[in-house]
Amino acid sequence: MRVARVRRVRGRQRVKHWLPLTRLERPSVVRSTLSPQAGRGKKQWPGHCMGFWLGTARGGECVNYNWNWGIFWDQTPDATGTYFGSLMSGLQVTILLALCAWFIAFVMGSLIGIMRTLPARWAVFVGNAYIEMFRNIPLLVQLFIWFFVVPELLPGDLGIWIKQLRNGPFIAAMLGLGFYMSSRVAAQITAGINALPKGQRMAGTAIGLTTWQTYRYILLPLAYRIIFPPLTSEFLNTIKNTAPALTIGVLELTARARSMQEFSFQVFEAFSAAAAIYLVLSAVVTIGMRILEKRLAIPGFNEGK
Amino acid sequence: MPMITIEKVSKWYNPQFQVLKNCTTAVEKGEVVVVCGPSGSGKSTLIKTVNALEPVQAGTIMVDGLNVTTMKKDLPKLRSRVGMVFQHFELFPHLKIVENLCLGQTIVLGRSEDAAKAKAMKMLERVGLTAHAQKYPGQLSGGQQQRVAIARALVMDPICMLFDEPTSALDPEMINEVLDVMVELAKEGMTMMVVTHEMGFAKKVANRVIFMDAGEIVEDAQKEDFFGHPRSDRAQQFLSKILSH
Repeated sequence: MRVARVRRVRGRQRVKHWLPLTRLERPSVVRSTLSPQAGRGKKQWPGHCMGFWLGTARGGECVNYNWNWGIFWDQTPDATGTYFGSLMSGLQVTILLALCAWFIAFVMGSLIGIMRTLPARWAVFVGNAYIEMFRNIPLLVQLFIWFFVVPELLPGDLGIWIKQLRNGPFIAAMLGLGFYMSSRVAAQITAGINALPKGQRMAGTAIGLTTWQTYRYILLPLAYRIIFPPLTSEFLNTIKNTAPALTIGVLELTARARSMQEFSFQVFEAFSAAAAIYLVLSAVVTIGMRILEKRLAIPGFNEGK
Repeated sequence: MPMITIEKVSKWYNPQFQVLKNCTTAVEKGEVVVVCGPSGSGKSTLIKTVNALEPVQAGTIMVDGLNVTTMKKDLPKLRSRVGMVFQHFELFPHLKIVENLCLGQTIVLGRSEDAAKAKAMKMLERVGLTAHAQKYPGQLSGGQQQRVAIARALVMDPICMLFDEPTSALDPEMINEVLDVMVELAKEGMTMMVVTHEMGFAKKVANRVIFMDAGEIVEDAQKEDFFGHPRSDRAQQFLSKILSH
């Protein structure tokens, strides 16, 4: 039964390919994936009634959905491996993209965040302008700008070279996400430095440290510790914000889940798996950051309570 | 030539609010000068202008013959030679006590780790805190922290010391352990400028007393004159209030 269904799907592939993202909302498609016969005689788990999920499409009657958790071990239509493998390669891209973007966010965020706490007026102005710009343009728009607009603005050859890069989408997503997140990190760094007693800066200055040395040896080690929890939160946001990168063609986890859903019609399995993977990834990061936070804690200053 | 010269110094926080009004005084080498006055009178601000922690808008401040008000590039170097002790200690909470004492020595003075550490331990012994060298500031009492702060200033071999209300944030029973260290320092001939409300300390070790009110130096007199027969009404009022019990 399933084989036949998959074939049917393959037959429709060409048409399906052009369907917009929100296909689930189209009643015709919903009906086709949920034909009343589809689930008959099959294991129905965790409950056969999915009506409340999809709106009771058939006049309040329970709609059977063809659950198939074994789908992950089926081959993908492009015959490069299983759906599970495809999700895993998406996860790899997600992690790599998040790490690269976080690197940019952390470095730029620290620089801008520090600038906003310097005595020089112009530094504060530049920092504020930077934050307002990158924080207040929607991430999706920023990704489109990096991907579609920036290469056009570059001088001829360079623009063409960039457009022809194989991992162009990845680089655009990395820059877009990195700079977007850097504005948020910068705001946190500023808050952390300003939260320190004014006397700490004075004490550093008074023993003869230069401004840079005062930041390097006193203010930053303290500020980073204070803002560790919100920084963890920003890192998790970076991971989650990799998902919109699928719109410019990065094959990360959400993109893989979507293509699995398109090929197999197992929409719930595909996105349940994606959701579960995101949750596990976040949990691992959270636990890791907690351990790190404990190791960096200073006795009598910010020890865990 | 005096160690510290403050000449016609004025400072505004904003155009409406003048914190220092035409202040003039000097501190000779080896002299101990106590600065007192009601809160908000500008004592802390005045003492912070001496090592340019607070910029001034008018007047000149000289330390050891160098003009602090116009100095830019060499300021850190000069500051390293002027010890400063704060009301709230301001030890670096992420560094161990011994590291607090070594930071300035290695980075500013360029001493080797070993030399800095040896010097730090010597100073800790002097303030009686050798046992706490490997602890963090947060694990020490207020009095101990302030003694560490004094040691942190002393390891830099300062030419003079500035104290900004060093005992105001301490429990009464810890005040003396800090004052004892300061008295000893004064006896050794250290040039000191001390903002404090501890009149007992002033009577015991000060050479001169400066009384400030509303940003002005109202009285600048020898200790005996100040306590014996203060000239201004404002100083008389102040003394009668704090010495009445």
